[in-house]
Amino acid sequence: MSDHQTNDLSANPSANPSADASINHEWPLWEVFVRTKAGLDHKHCGSLHAADPQLAIQLARDVYTRRQEGCSVWVVRSDQIVASDPADKAMYFDPAEDKVYRHPTFYKLPPEVDHM
Amino acid sequence: MTASIQIHHDPATQYLLRLGDTCLILGQRLGEWCGHAPVLEEDIALANIALDLVGQARALLTHAGRSGGFDEDQLAFLREERDYLNPTLVELPRGDFAFTVLRNLMVSTWLKLIWAALAESNDTELAAIAGKAIKEARYHQQHSADWLVRLGDGTAESKRRCDIALSALWRYAAELFDDDAVDAAAHATGLGPAWSSLHAQWRAEMAEVLAEATLAAPEDSVFRSTGKRGVHSEHMGRLLAEMQHLQRSFPGGAW
Repeated sequence: MSDHQTNDLSANPSANPSADASINHEWPLWEVFVRTKAGLDHKHCGSLHAADPQLAIQLARDVYTRRQEGCSVWVVRSDQIVASDPADKAMYFDPAEDKVYRHPTFYKLPPEVDHM
Repeated sequence: MTASIQIHHDPATQYLLRLGDTCLILGQRLGEWCGHAPVLEEDIALANIALDLVGQARALLTHAGRSGGFDEDQLAFLREERDYLNPTLVELPRGDFAFTVLRNLMVSTWLKLIWAALAESNDTELAAIAGKAIKEARYHQQHSADWLVRLGDGTAESKRRCDIALSALWRYAAELFDDDAVDAAAHATGLGPAWSSLHAQWRAEMAEVLAEATLAAPEDSVFRSTGKRGVHSEHMGRLLAEMQHLQRSFPGGAW
């Protein structure tokens, strides 16, 4: 695997050596999300290295669903995920702490719809 | 040491053992990759495939053993070499990754076609085994096909290794599609298809993957391996010695 171009997603990885600036010899990292049978949302369950999207899905199936963890798999390249900066945590999230009027808890639902 | 068991050689049992032993022996070879695969994820994938195959072997050996009063473990571990009926293709040493990928593709494509036909078997238990196994075989075929395309249409080094694997392995496929009395009996009784009936479809599916992988199959050879008649290559003895040693040393041993 030592001469793969990691960011070139075509079938022939050695086709265009100047296509990407950082030529490293590792496969890119992908984050894996799995939806369980009963649930509604995909949950993050780990990461893996793969050469391209199709291989990433296949390896995610092999590594993260072998104990019947789920029925649907998403993979996203780790460098495509934009995350909030932990240093901004106070600025971003603390102000919501005392804004109780933003929560829908002050009215009583009629019994017919109270199962929400 | 435990003595070997002696099995019946009626055509129906032979037909089941040819299939069951294919799964068992290929599972054993794939298990040898554990801890040695090129990447961690593929180590897990190959082990998964091996486990799937061993699971299929368990079901088939249990079914085949009933008429002789043997259970799956006795059949798996206590037969003499000449009583294993797998085609020679699956007993060959695991080779490099290209060799393993190509052999997996050849065998999984063939197994997928057999399982599809066996879903119509007169033998209801065999049909049930086939119904479950075909999903696994489809995945095994997709997994190895995807890899062969990446290796064949990859670097000069990976293509070179694929070419070497093709010239080593291709001649062992012929055994999978020659009929004999066992096939005739299976076809006559509705137990399963004669293996030759799968040849055309197998060739077509292999050709499609090889073309996408920019690889070319070698010419067909007159060479015929003979594993399914119990006449194995020099590799089978060593494989069985390793596989059987623990059971024969500690009879009935379990985890």
